Amino acid sequence: MSAATDAKDLSSDTTGVTADPPLGPGRMAALRGRIFGHAGFMIGAGVLLLIVLLALFAPLLAPHDPYAQNLMMRMKPPVFLGGTWEHPLGTDLLGRDFLSRLLYGARVSLLIGIVAALISGVIGTTMGVLAGYFDGRVDAVVTFLINCRLAMPVVLVALAIVAVFGGSLTVVVTVLGLLLWDRFAVVMRASTRQIRSREYVTAARAIGCSVPRIVLTEIMPNLFNNLIVVATLEMAHAILLEAALSFLGLGVQPPTPSWGLMVSEGKQMLLFNPWMITIPGIALFALVLAINLLGDGLRDVTAPENRN
Amino acid sequence: MLSFIARRLGLAALVALTVSALSFGLLFLSGDPASAIAGEGANDADIAAIRSFYGFDRPVIVQYGDWLWSALHGDFGQSYYFQLPVSSLIADRLSVTMTLGVCGIVFALAVAIPLGVAAAVRPNSIVDRLALFLSVVGQAMPSFWFGLLLIVLFAVKLGWLPPSGTQSWTNFVMPTVVLGYYAMPAIMRLTRAGMLEVLGADYIRTARAKGAGEWRVLFKHALRNAVIPVVSLAAVQMGFMLGGSIVVESVFALHGAGFLAWESIGRNDLPTVQALILIFSMFYIVFTFLADILNAWLDPRMRTG
Repeated sequence: MSAATDAKDLSSDTTGVTADPPLGPGRMAALRGRIFGHAGFMIGAGVLLLIVLLALFAPLLAPHDPYAQNLMMRMKPPVFLGGTWEHPLGTDLLGRDFLSRLLYGARVSLLIGIVAALISGVIGTTMGVLAGYFDGRVDAVVTFLINCRLAMPVVLVALAIVAVFGGSLTVVVTVLGLLLWDRFAVVMRASTRQIRSREYVTAARAIGCSVPRIVLTEIMPNLFNNLIVVATLEMAHAILLEAALSFLGLGVQPPTPSWGLMVSEGKQMLLFNPWMITIPGIALFALVLAINLLGDGLRDVTAPENRN
Repeated sequence: MLSFIARRLGLAALVALTVSALSFGLLFLSGDPASAIAGEGANDADIAAIRSFYGFDRPVIVQYGDWLWSALHGDFGQSYYFQLPVSSLIADRLSVTMTLGVCGIVFALAVAIPLGVAAAVRPNSIVDRLALFLSVVGQAMPSFWFGLLLIVLFAVKLGWLPPSGTQSWTNFVMPTVVLGYYAMPAIMRLTRAGMLEVLGADYIRTARAKGAGEWRVLFKHALRNAVIPVVSLAAVQMGFMLGGSIVVESVFALHGAGFLAWESIGRNDLPTVQALILIFSMFYIVFTFLADILNAWLDPRMRTG
């Protein structure tokens, strides 16, 4: 229950606050060197960029309409399992082109990840900064809300709410955004507390800056690195949750091409066509892995003193 | 210590109360429950009869108080679908989920602690890299997909384990691995970080200087202190895992409380869903409470918080 317990296990990897002075040319070069020298970051960034490009250009790249059914062409195998180049990754239960659905599915996952992280980021950062800046009662209330949120089983609550409101992309992304703000709040609270006691904040207060001004111009810029790191982790989290909800049948609804839904549809054919779950699963795994590597890399690059 | 426990207990009770109100509120999000139970084609008189039978015509706050009072006595109302008391439905399902949760956390600890220790003893060695690789993969692997891959390999191709069901202990092997693997990375990272910190401490050098064997130093002197935060993390993870078992249980058709929750959501069986949300929250609240007390007991510096 205690903020101590929660803050420790949720933010042990992200509490390092980087309050760097402005980057001069020498520091910039050092930063660039760290970025290009970090294998995990480069791999993560590369894979993520590739997936983003594939998603953006899905209409140009997809060989078929992802919704077009062709019952004469059901469950054709991918080309490396004896299929034809007409359908490079085969076709699904309804004869829809698997590659096209996979490409459009990247759009769903990325959209869910980005929007959910934005919503939860706004909620969590507001709460965390408020709690960190104003001690006492505000902090107690926010900590209490974080504890309540952590006590609710996310998957179960998300499933129940989606069941009530119906599984559209908007509902799923809103529910995830409203549920995943806890880590933002925990990390931003801890970071703000550290920054609050810095000399430049005291100086700003001494010359009579207003509280909003101190928060916006002195504190927020120094939270940015941590914010980005948490945002990548939560984006990955939201993508995994959407896939799980869709897999359980209470997320994005058919015929939308969602990777979780594709795994769920392929599950019926587990015995004969295991590739139908393997391919969307690998896509999901690669995307989440790339985002996590990027986030871990960003943390190492922006705050190298926190590496263990 | 006593005042610390009292404070924590009060806070835990307040969180439990808030969560119970939220899970009760779910019922009213879903519109008119009476017409949902009556189904399509019911006339107004039927709906009115159902409304008064279930007590939906009373003020919300009265209904909530009534529900909470009964819930405190272990009575969660009647399941719409089974027409049975929810508490009796949940009771035997919970033992399956608890078994899975305990097996999962034991598996996670059994893998993560030795791996974390080995990684800390030789940082940047092959073992350390393997441990890091396993934890990075573990965080990115969708649990339902991992479960299905295990089914394809061990149930379909090799035929060693049953793919689904709850009949014998063999049904629990794959779900345990999937659920435990999900909790492993955090425990491993914390063990590694703790060991790295402790191994640089003076008393370890003293122990070595006195001629204590390497194993004795590692496990008797170092791990003992490094494991303190791991114990409380494991308790918190246990709470998370029980809530997350819904995905694993539905992949393996393991008839536990998570599977029941999934089925009940599909059947619009709200009393069962409400009860399960409350129970899973309570598990988390109780486990984190225990973790806090344990922490304060092991490390008196924590008692001020």
